[in-house]
Amino acid sequence: MVIKRHKLNLLDSLYITAIIGGLQVTLRHFFKKKVTLQYPEERHLVPPGYRGAPYLVKDQEGRTKCVSCQLCEFICPPKAITITPPGPEIDPSTGNVEKRPKDFKINMLRCIYCGLCQEVCPEEAIFLMEDYSLSGTSREEMIYDLKKLLSLGGVHYDEVMKWKKKANEAKEQKVFPPIEE
Amino acid sequence: METITVKIDGQVVEVPATMPDPITGKPAPTTMMQACNLANIIVPHYCFHEKLPIAGNCRMCLVQYGTPVMGPDRKPILNPDKTPKIAKAPRPVVACSTPISPGMEIYTNTPEVRKMRQAVLEFLLINHPLDCPICDQAGECKLQEYTFDYGSPVSEFIETKVHKPKQALLGPRVIYDAERCILCTRCIRFTRDIVGDDALGIVNRGSYSAISTFHGRQFDNNYTLNTVDICPVGALTTRDFRFRMRVWFLKETRTVCTSCAMGCNILIGSRNNIIYRFTPRENDAVNSCWLCDFGRLNYKWINRKDRISTVFSKTENGVCEEVDWQTAIEKIAGYLKNVKPGTSAIIASARLSNEELWLLSKLKKLIGAMSDSVPRFDKADNFLLKSDRNPNTNGAILTGICSERIGENLQNIKNKIEQGELKTLIVFGEDVVKVGITPQILSKLDMLVVSDILPNATTPLANYLLPGCAAAEKSGTFTNINLRVQKFNKAIEPPGKARPEYEFLSELLVLMTDEKSGYTAKEIFDKMTAGIVGFNRMNWSKLGDTGISVEKANQ
Repeated sequence: MVIKRHKLNLLDSLYITAIIGGLQVTLRHFFKKKVTLQYPEERHLVPPGYRGAPYLVKDQEGRTKCVSCQLCEFICPPKAITITPPGPEIDPSTGNVEKRPKDFKINMLRCIYCGLCQEVCPEEAIFLMEDYSLSGTSREEMIYDLKKLLSLGGVHYDEVMKWKKKANEAKEQKVFPPIEE
Repeated sequence: METITVKIDGQVVEVPATMPDPITGKPAPTTMMQACNLANIIVPHYCFHEKLPIAGNCRMCLVQYGTPVMGPDRKPILNPDKTPKIAKAPRPVVACSTPISPGMEIYTNTPEVRKMRQAVLEFLLINHPLDCPICDQAGECKLQEYTFDYGSPVSEFIETKVHKPKQALLGPRVIYDAERCILCTRCIRFTRDIVGDDALGIVNRGSYSAISTFHGRQFDNNYTLNTVDICPVGALTTRDFRFRMRVWFLKETRTVCTSCAMGCNILIGSRNNIIYRFTPRENDAVNSCWLCDFGRLNYKWINRKDRISTVFSKTENGVCEEVDWQTAIEKIAGYLKNVKPGTSAIIASARLSNEELWLLSKLKKLIGAMSDSVPRFDKADNFLLKSDRNPNTNGAILTGICSERIGENLQNIKNKIEQGELKTLIVFGEDVVKVGITPQILSKLDMLVVSDILPNATTPLANYLLPGCAAAEKSGTFTNINLRVQKFNKAIEPPGKARPEYEFLSELLVLMTDEKSGYTAKEIFDKMTAGIVGFNRMNWSKLGDTGISVEKANQ
């Protein structure tokens, strides 16, 4: 479709009105509150529920909440997550949870921040947090391992503490084998 | 054969009146479950297993049924539309142990049946820990599957669950979690009736019931890990596979176990080129549904770090250097072309496939060589494990690499090398130093060509060392102890430059004779069966997943 150009009247063709209009906008903003941030020293505050980088969390007692069920690895659309399961040796430090990942890697270059890992996690161990501008100097540096993910994720307050509840129940019934007094 | 016609969910099926008992083999009345299986209608079940005696304790297979109403003349009373009048039974029955009768109608999917399943599941889940995230069975768990299909979304059980022993060792290879156990007794029946080792039983009562070994006994026979396979829930897990990989990641390859001459059918579970487990695959002509622990755990060497993965050749001053495949094969072919008949020998492992042994027997005829295989005998048990630990002894005999008395030529070969009569030795997949051909004797040779998978005492002495493949890394066929030819398939990629033996043997023969034998296992097998009496009328596609026996193919 061809749009027909309107013929400009005298006032428009002088351009002076348009320039004044523009300057008015500039002038208005000149006296308004500043919105520019001095990035990266200043950071944009993200709203709650923002889907930033996924990190692993510990509960308030310091237990790594991930049990290496590998559902996030399965669901991850860009295959950014790689989990190394603990293997068959019985680790007494895991108590009645029995399982904890030996390693947990997220390739942040691959991650698309979709949040499916958080949604699928049966243990509430992985959360998309507020970090949105990750950077590094090499590709290897951008593959975050278990230690890094846990330190970035911090503590997530767990109201239920289901594993502890189970262990306490078992202790009361005095049948649970890995009971260490 | 007498048959009975029944109607299952509106589908009329004719089934045999009796079917063999899984243990005794004697005819027993056909049950509703067997009839449903024949009609391809799946009735959910836990304790029922077609190879085990019936227990009927899980109550999961409850179905409704009706029988024809009989008149005083013992003839069915008909409805106005000439169909027999059916009297629905007032109570449900367990399909696994109720025999069928003529004209019976079985309803497996009515709202009542689904409700019963939901109720049964609710009972089974009362004390279940619901710890699927840490349970190895997740993904292949019947409790998980049926709960997903029929289970209630909420539990009415608000009381504290009964806690029972977890991570209990039943034996050296099996871990038991009593909380997950639904007491179906499949494991008890398997070890008692199939293996004949009555090691397991149920102890305690009510909610505290648990599987246990008898006092002072270990569950340590050679078939313990089958109980892990048949366990419908995650109560029994293997110590070997435990927490190593989730099952839904594993790629399953239909293949054959190579640990003895039985050739049990297996599935290899692998991911990212790493083998995680072997599980049995059903083949009633060979291993039924079972696999011995020895064969099942004999896979770790495949992923070993010290696998031979490059082609080596020894220069004139005795230095080993890496060469590429083409150079090595061309040089070997050039050398073998000039070998005089009667001055060479081939020692080929009976762990090679039929195709590879056949190519070697062609090479043997070409250069006029002696040949033999190395026998490998160990203690057999009374079930699946055979004393012959070579998977393909019969293949070596049929292809003419060795005689019926495997290994009888080895002493002869050794003596002739010592006397200087034999100047060339070709070794495939064996350590000849172990059978008495010492490095001093081998040093008298002009040429020693070795192909192997793992380094051994023979490999450093080779003039040419060619890296081969494990059975899990190539395709081919084995002939088992009962002369059944079975296919094995490639599950993972070989390491480095290693290649299937049939590939480079085929190339070698092409360079020496210009006669093409094919480059894939399928092509070579089809050429081979045309040439060898034992294998005739077989072809690759006819073998299927479960194989054909040589006698049968000859009939």
